[in-house]
Amino acid sequence: MAKITLSDLRHSYFTKPKTPDDWALKQLDIEWEDGGAYALLGPSGCGKSTLLNIISGLLVPSHGRVLFNELDVTHASTADRKIAQVFQFPVVYDSMTVFDNLAFPLRNRGVAEDEVTKRVHEVAEMTDLTAMLKNRASGLTADGKQKISLGRGLVRTDVNAILFDEPLTVIDPHLKFLLRAKLKELHQRVNNTMIYVTHDQTEALTFADQVVVMNVGEVVQIGTPVELFEEPQHTFVGHFIGSPGMNVVPCTIESGSAIFGGRKIKTANKVTATTVKTELGVRPEFVSFAKTGVAARVVKVADAGRFNIVETNCQGHRVYLLSAKGEPIPSGAAKLAFDPENTRIYLDGWLGGRRVGS
Amino acid sequence: MNKPVNQKAWFFVLPVLLLVAFNAIVPLMTVVNYSVQETFGNNEFFWSGVIWFEELMRNPRFHDSLGRQFTFTLTILAIEIPLGVIIALAMPRKGIWVSVCLVLMALPLLIPWNVVGAMWNIFALPEIGLLGKTLNTLGFDYNYTRQTGAAWFTLITMDVWHWTSLVVLLSYAGLVSIPDAYYQAARIDGASPWAIFRYIQLPKMKRVLTIAILLRFMDSFNIYTEPLVLTGGGPGNSTTLLSIDLAKKALGEFDLGPAAAMSLIYFLVILLTSWIFYTLMMRNEEQ
Repeated sequence: MAKITLSDLRHSYFTKPKTPDDWALKQLDIEWEDGGAYALLGPSGCGKSTLLNIISGLLVPSHGRVLFNELDVTHASTADRKIAQVFQFPVVYDSMTVFDNLAFPLRNRGVAEDEVTKRVHEVAEMTDLTAMLKNRASGLTADGKQKISLGRGLVRTDVNAILFDEPLTVIDPHLKFLLRAKLKELHQRVNNTMIYVTHDQTEALTFADQVVVMNVGEVVQIGTPVELFEEPQHTFVGHFIGSPGMNVVPCTIESGSAIFGGRKIKTANKVTATTVKTELGVRPEFVSFAKTGVAARVVKVADAGRFNIVETNCQGHRVYLLSAKGEPIPSGAAKLAFDPENTRIYLDGWLGGRRVGS
Repeated sequence: MNKPVNQKAWFFVLPVLLLVAFNAIVPLMTVVNYSVQETFGNNEFFWSGVIWFEELMRNPRFHDSLGRQFTFTLTILAIEIPLGVIIALAMPRKGIWVSVCLVLMALPLLIPWNVVGAMWNIFALPEIGLLGKTLNTLGFDYNYTRQTGAAWFTLITMDVWHWTSLVVLLSYAGLVSIPDAYYQAARIDGASPWAIFRYIQLPKMKRVLTIAILLRFMDSFNIYTEPLVLTGGGPGNSTTLLSIDLAKKALGEFDLGPAAAMSLIYFLVILLTSWIFYTLMMRNEEQ
């Protein structure tokens, strides 16, 4: 177990990166506490797998350092880092039984056979594999194989952290839920640092205490699921997390206040006059119909179970709002009110008045 | 569920059936026919039962050539399979050298078999051949036209040169199909290079290696052209493999009955060995 520190980390797959786009990871300074459950969330190609491979030592970063408990391991081999990793596609050693698969990392490290047997049985019990120990691993279903991959990480006593690279991609939907609950339970039980990479917000938010949201090679926000939802530091986070995502509409600034649709909008943050792109961000949960407000037109109503998702055309921009079941929805023209506590001004995408990473 | 029954579909199978009948079943049955008859010329045949089979089983000449055949096949398998796997492991996985290596490997396979025999025949000649002359200059007494050992050495070297590439190409195909995640997982699990070979690469190559061994077994058991051109079965009968012996009997001595019996036994040996080997190898495969 270890605290993981990424210091001034940058990586490019090119030998001589020229443009900022050549960098798969732009600039990272992250500290992960020992025993925490973290998720790396972002769309495909945002650099999260690159980051994971740097932590596990499969890649050496072009710049910066990786520290485990203050020990610099940037150039240490994967084996020396004592890392376990579960991959997107299950990796099992086909010719071995489930028992031998779980024993493999221990036997490679020369652990005595009676200790191996003891550990394997413990881990098999944790991962519900006890009944299958004697079966050949190749005959298992995808979720069984992922449990073996996970078990190979748990079986070692020296593991600094367990890394998950989109481990539920090939799992059936109804088993995803069970396996996710299992991971959460195992985390509480073994209390190991776990880092979970995914592009699925549900997975990230249910698994992790802290979620790191990434986009095009940089971290846009680190926070608890609640923080990400209530106080997005970047319009990307607002849009990426939540369903539907945050409404983002362009606005102008006059004496520190936002002007949208010819009206002054009260917001949670204040900005001074600026030359960069200014936008207003508000989640559908905090938009409502009102007697006075910005003029809009209802376009579409979608039934989402306990509430309706209403799509409106507001000053030429698409704005979603959630309305409770039974609440009247005006047809055609309407006025929209934005909750001042949860409406924010964004400058060039970043939350105005404050900026992550600077 | 009731499926409509339509027997007319059999007509689609008919062309294949005819094709197989004329290129396999009919010729094979002709051989079966010869093997149970005796002829004294004039195209007259008499029923003789299984006497040719009984005679063949007691014939030391057949025993010797069968023994030589097994020695040859087992020796080349013992060399070509491990060598092929080692070369495949050493070949680059990406970059410009991949195609260079693949083309170089494929070259021997493209050469006509009798050309291979002729090439090695000249290459190994003790007075003028590059190999033969060099060996003799280095002090080895090497003459494959007179010494049994030298003849076998040349024969096996030629086959290894000619056919190891096939094993290499098949093994390489098996190796490149292993996803990177397996190697990464192995590194994380602290596996040694030997463990990676034993538990990842070898199991993943099992199917292609089974095919490689089967192909090499069947082909080497049937080998005819190359040894005929290289040594002609000599010196003496020392490199007279089964197929050469059979050709002598059938075409040289025109003993149709014994030759037919020998063909059948020859065919059954290959069929049986291949079947046993394949069944053993696939016994543990997932259903």
